[in-house]
This record gives sequence, structure tokens and C-alpha cells, in this order.
Amino acid sequence: MDIRAGLQSGNKRAVARLITMMENNDPEAFNIIKENYVKTGNAKIIGITGPPGAGKSTVTDKLTKLLRQKGKKVGIVAVDPTSPFSGGAILGDRIRMNDLSTDEGVFIRSMGTRGALGGLSKAANGAVKILDIYGLDYIFIETVGVGQSEVDIIKLADTVVMVMVPGLGDDIQAIKAGIMEIGDVFAVNKSDRDGAERTATEINMMLDLNKQGKYRPSVVKVIASENNGIDKLLEQIENHIEFMNTSGEYLSRKRMSITTEIVEIFRDNIIHSLKELSEKTRVIEATVERVLTKEIDPYTAANEMYEILRKKEVGNSD
Amino acid sequence: MERPIRVLVAKPGLDGHDRGAKVVARALRDAGMEVIYTGLRQTPEQITESAIQEDVDCVAISILSGAHNHLFPKIVKLLREKDAGDILVIGGGVIPEDDIPGLIEAGVAAIFTPGTPTGITIDFIKENISRK
Ligand SMILES: Nc1nc2c(ncn2[C@@H]2O[C@H](COP(=O)(O)OP(=O)(O)OP(=O)(O)O)[C@@H](O)[C@H]2O)c(=O)[nH]1
Ligand SMILES: [Mg+2]
Repeated sequence: MDIRAGLQSGNKRAVARLITMMENNDPEAFNIIKENYVKTGNAKIIGITGPPGAGKSTVTDKLTKLLRQKGKKVGIVAVDPTSPFSGGAILGDRIRMNDLSTDEGVFIRSMGTRGALGGLSKAANGAVKILDIYGLDYIFIETVGVGQSEVDIIKLADTVVMVMVPGLGDDIQAIKAGIMEIGDVFAVNKSDRDGAERTATEINMMLDLNKQGKYRPSVVKVIASENNGIDKLLEQIENHIEFMNTSGEYLSRKRMSITTEIVEIFRDNIIHSLKELSEKTRVIEATVERVLTKEIDPYTAANEMYEILRKKEVGNSD
Repeated sequence: MERPIRVLVAKPGLDGHDRGAKVVARALRDAGMEVIYTGLRQTPEQITESAIQEDVDCVAISILSGAHNHLFPKIVKLLREKDAGDILVIGGGVIPEDDIPGLIEAGVAAIFTPGTPTGITIDFIKENISRK
């Protein structure tokens, strides 16, 4: 399969294969992204996050359909956790989006978080870049808003939609630390249920208390399963994008996300090199033994390994 | 390069439940695969498009409705038309023995009838996907 030609001509199979290669750390994938990097930046990147089962996929499905009516092309990157035991995953977000599958102007890709050794946001962000190059207007990233890694992924979005549900009362307090702060728009989904108004009020109160940013996020009640309130939600998303563009906030957020991205790639590359080296030389196991017997301490051990990697890199370049 | 095998699990047709498909999905996950689970009632067109966008190695289809003689060949044909004929297509569900040769003829790689231990399906996928 000629990935480069396929990417140029907009062949979905080539785009899909490129995402796989990137996810599997195939250097050729990064070469192709590098060659096309100047083409990125056209898509609006929207993070969709919130507790498990809140309706993130349903909201994404309905927003996508609305954007399609407006003639926009849409990509969706749906991230679900990988099982730490087997390394496998069940990626189930497509269940809510089945009738988008055959829409020529939509591309949906599911990803597993694939283990703790870094690279989570690297892969999701890589997929977003590829879809951006492919020429989509909007790209959604769906992640469950539970852990720091998901927060890292979602930070790469231009606008973050927090999907909440009625009756989260105490949960809002719990989620608040670190995660509520990243919402630019709040959707109270399942507003067909009791307590939607109260939840909306609670979120509003919390947002009033939390006045730190320049933008006051709005709270929109929606019933995604009935396609109710989705137009208002999109309006608020567009409103935030507009604010970002006119206030200069966009650039400062981009600077931040690029910083995060570079650091993440750097860290991931180091971990990857270390793993490769250790598969050959068992350097990690050997070092662990030396720390275990207190021949050295973990700080020295980490420094030593870093030096080994550095010398190896220097050695490679000549 | 170590990479997880990706499998699309689908339950097309208008009938019933997806219990069987879910059991297979879990077994494949526990075997370290990434399972794209699409739930009930997709059309062959949706399955084909999802398989392409997800770049799966294998499409595993569960059918209970008796429409297997129509649905399986249709999916194989659509995948081939989309230049994705290298994707392994396997099936499970209530399928009469007599129909199996015809389905294999049509390009389905294997049919696993109810009661097949999931380990057999897992091994079959590992051994028969075209990309290693
Ligand atoms: N009552 C009600 N149910 C809804 C609404 N929106 C979605 N649901 C249902 O909520 C369940 C979960 O919806 P999803 O869209 O899969 O939620 P999710 O947040 O993507 O779930 P995960 O990705 O598993 O975390 C489904 O059964 C939906 O049909 C709504 O507005 N009202
Ligand atoms: Mg979901």
C-alpha cells in the first residue's frame, strides 16, 4: 500500500494504516507526518470528556451529525482504557456512532491507551495530526475523564467539552480537583432525568467560585439521545473557539500544548530506547539487582542508564 | 515490532441480543487483542467501513438470524471491492453445518459454531491474519 499517495488522494485505508503505523511507533509513520506537518492546523480540535457512561459518544455522534449538515468534515478519535492485565482492550465507542461509519465525510478511529509507559497522548495526538492532514474540519477526541493521562490527552484540544450527568453532586467535588478546570463548555447530558437543573446550578456555582481563567465556561443542558440541546452546545463550542481566536488565547494554549507534546514525545522516545536497550542487554534487570543489594541507589541507577543511552546515541550518530 | 492484533466484532442483522458477541469480545481482549466492538444491527456496509477506518486484521461476525448466507458473502465482497480483501473474515453463531462449505467458498475464513472453545478462535486469528 502506498501510504503517501493514499494520504494525498484521501484514501481512508491509507489514512487508517498510517494511524496504525504511528501507534506502533513505526519510524516511517513519523517521517510521513513530518513531511506533511505544515498541512496541520486547519482542523478545530475538540475534546469530549467526562465520567464513564455520561454520554460522551452519543454527544459526539449528534454534534458530528449537526456539523455534517453544515457541510463540515469530521474526525473522531475515541480512546478507551487498555486492560493492564492482558494488554488488550474493548473499544466500544462506535456502538453509538454506527450510522456515521458509511458517511464519506467522517472518519472514526478507536484507540486503546496501551499501558503506562508513556505515549498515551503521543498516539492520540498523532492520530489527530494525521486526520488534520487528511483534511477534516473538526476533530473530536473522546476520553474518559478519570485519570491524569486522560487529562493529558484532552489538554491537546482547542476546546474541551465536559459531559456531566444529573445527580453527580458529590462527584463534582471529587472530579473538581484538576479535571473540572479543563472544561471550556459543560454539557449536562441526560437532562431528561431528575436533577438536571440542580446539577447545572451546582456547576455554575463552582465555575463562579473558580474564576481563574479569562473565559467563563457556559453550562448547557442536553438530552443527547434525543438530539435535544445539541445545537446550543455547538453554539457554545463555537463561542469558545471564537474567544480563543480573538483573544490570543489560542496561541498561548497552543504554546502550552506543543510544550506538553514535545516533552511527552521526548520522554516516550527515551523510554522506548531504554526498553530496546534493555531487551538486548538486560540493563534494567542488572541495575535493579545492584539497587537491591544497595551497591547503588535508584538515583544513581537512573543517571547511569541515562548516560548509557546518551553514549549510545552519540555513538550512533557517527 | 510488537503490536496488538485488532479485531472488529459485529453482530449484524435485526434479531436479538449480542451476548455471544460480547463473550467473544472479552475473550479476544483477554488474549491481548484490541477489540472494536460495534454492537447490534450494523449493515454490511457499516461493518466494511468500520473495518477499514479501524485498520483491523480481522472481522469477527456473529449471526443468529439465519441471514448468514446473505450477510457473510456481502461483507467479503464489499471488503474486496474496497481493496481490503486481505482482512480475515470469520463468523460464529447458529449456522447449519450444510451452509458452512458455501460460506468458506464465498471467502469466509472459518465458521465457529456455538460451543467452540474461545481458545480455538483466538489461535485461528493469530495464525491466519495476513499482517504479522
Ligand atoms: N436518558 C438518557 N440516556 C442517554 C442520553 N445520552 C446517552 N444516553 C445513554 O447513556 C448510555 C451511555 O452513552 P454513551 O454515549 O455510550 O456514553 P459514554 O460517556 O460515551 O460512555 P463510555 O465511553 O463508556 O464512558 C447509553 O445507553 C446511551 O443511550 C440522554 O440524554 N438521556
Ligand atoms: Mg463512549
